[in-house]
Amino acid sequence: MTDLFLESEAERLLLDATTSRSRRVKNRLASIWMLGSLVVALIPLTLVIGYVLFKGAGELSLAWFTEDLPSITRKPGGGMGPAIVGTLLITAGAAILSVPLGILGAVYLHEYGGKTYTARLVRFMADVMTGVPSIVMGLFIYTVWTLQFGLEGIGGSLALACLMLPIIIRSTEEMLRLVPDELRQASYALGNRKWRTIFTVVLPASFGGITSGVMIAIARAAGETAPLVFTIGAARNLNLNLFDGPMTALSVQIFGNAQTPFDAAQARAWGAALTLVGIVFLFTILARVISARVARRHNA
Amino acid sequence: MPDDEQPYRPSPSPVTDEDTTNAEDSPMPSETLPTTSVTPTAAAAPVATQVADAASGASAPNVVFEARDLNVFYGAFKAVRDVNLSIHQHEITAFIGPSGCGKSTVLRCFDRMNDLIESARVEGQVLYHGVNLYDPRIDPVEVRKRVGMVFQKPNPFPKSIYDNIAFGPRISGSKENLDDVVEKALRQAALWDEVKDRLKKSAMGLSGGQQQRLCIARAIAVEPEVILMDEPCSALDPIATARIEDLMQELKSEYTILIVTHNMQQAARVSDRTAFFTTEVNPESDTRTGLLVEFDSTNTIFSAPSDDRTENYVTGRFG
Repeated sequence: MTDLFLESEAERLLLDATTSRSRRVKNRLASIWMLGSLVVALIPLTLVIGYVLFKGAGELSLAWFTEDLPSITRKPGGGMGPAIVGTLLITAGAAILSVPLGILGAVYLHEYGGKTYTARLVRFMADVMTGVPSIVMGLFIYTVWTLQFGLEGIGGSLALACLMLPIIIRSTEEMLRLVPDELRQASYALGNRKWRTIFTVVLPASFGGITSGVMIAIARAAGETAPLVFTIGAARNLNLNLFDGPMTALSVQIFGNAQTPFDAAQARAWGAALTLVGIVFLFTILARVISARVARRHNA
Repeated sequence: MPDDEQPYRPSPSPVTDEDTTNAEDSPMPSETLPTTSVTPTAAAAPVATQVADAASGASAPNVVFEARDLNVFYGAFKAVRDVNLSIHQHEITAFIGPSGCGKSTVLRCFDRMNDLIESARVEGQVLYHGVNLYDPRIDPVEVRKRVGMVFQKPNPFPKSIYDNIAFGPRISGSKENLDDVVEKALRQAALWDEVKDRLKKSAMGLSGGQQQRLCIARAIAVEPEVILMDEPCSALDPIATARIEDLMQELKSEYTILIVTHNMQQAARVSDRTAFFTTEVNPESDTRTGLLVEFDSTNTIFSAPSDDRTENYVTGRFG
């Protein structure tokens, strides 16, 4: 460390800049500030999950997953089976409707539409649709579908699909934008056609990003209540047919049970909340595993 | 253009042909190009013919490409004007010149990659064995199956090494055994020994030089006739560059190679013929248009160029 005491002009300048007291203090403060922000951001997250676990864990049992809803909600007993199945079926229906449409729409916007007037209009509309409250989607499907065909699961799927579509379009387009143009050029230079370039190069290269965008949309839809209360009705019994008769879903059950003054019903709402969080959690992990596996196959 | 059907087989060198054509057809005859260049070519002509004969062996119809009065526009901007040149089979033709002189733009006319740029427009003809590639009936995809391309930056697909090479044969529905095709292409690209034990690993894990040889292997797996190389070594270190240059010499017997390079030594080392491009400033619009100054045997271009601008460039006095 003797070098530090050799006071040439250049050394003095360099050392002053890197070791001055005010610099170190500022650096320290900024680090603490960032760490503090992270901790504050984590507080609500952990509290929510912890509280849901704490309140809801007691409800979970085999009967909870298998039995129909009780006919008298103020007494304990019964299960949440129809709602769990309902959430899975309705969300799956919504995903089947919206994921292919959304991805193909984004492919059109980014690979074909570019800066044309139509593409810009669609992109703008998708942005606006992302901000439309979910209850509006529910009302829309209620008027154009439910009033004609009655309460059924597919109405809920349609409403959720409307909600998911803009999210999928926008996130997929962002992912397509990240695919380097050099890859497309390489594919064209090998005599590959445009549609095939998209299917063999562009979509595989952006698979991971598209999957996480789709998962965000699915997770959002799985927790939505407002679009479902108008469209799927309130069944107590298991209904596996999306196209016939009322169904129920976890989010609707949370909403309904939490409004009642009865302890048993409120506990049921907590249980449903925990189940819903668990389902979203499982699906997110599943999606991560799948996209990691696909990525490993490509980039090992 | 009465007499430039086959610029090489009649005795005069292509330079003479081109420059006369320029003089006749150029929309801007104010250029000094024809007068300065026509005179000395007479001396250069025999050399060029010798080289051509030595390189190609026979005087059979060995012209693969012939560009006639090629003009390329980006929107209203004229990027390159009045290019006339012939590319010969089993030769390496180098395009040299300062930045912005349009050498890459011209290169991309030979596999119609310019079609991918929305504003690009090509005038004139590019004949591939006598067929105009810019005929409206020609499908650019079919052109690109016969004319492969290697880019400046190595651009392997984020897939396994095997899948990268098999990509072209798969899309063209090749009936051959893919394993054999992959091995053959990798051997030709002098990459087989380095990657044979990790064919299923990602191509992104290779070094830059390996990636570029992979891209060459990927291009030749489609069995094209011509390989276009757009500054293939500019992102590589000298050792990797030397390997690519060796590889080009080996590939020459089976393929016709066009290479754009910023590196004059590289052009001198590897190519049989060299085309020198430069830019001229358009007086009214202050934009720069590229043009072909001189096209001859590499020997002539570097030792006895007929145009002053070529001489200034290859001797390092400009550019």
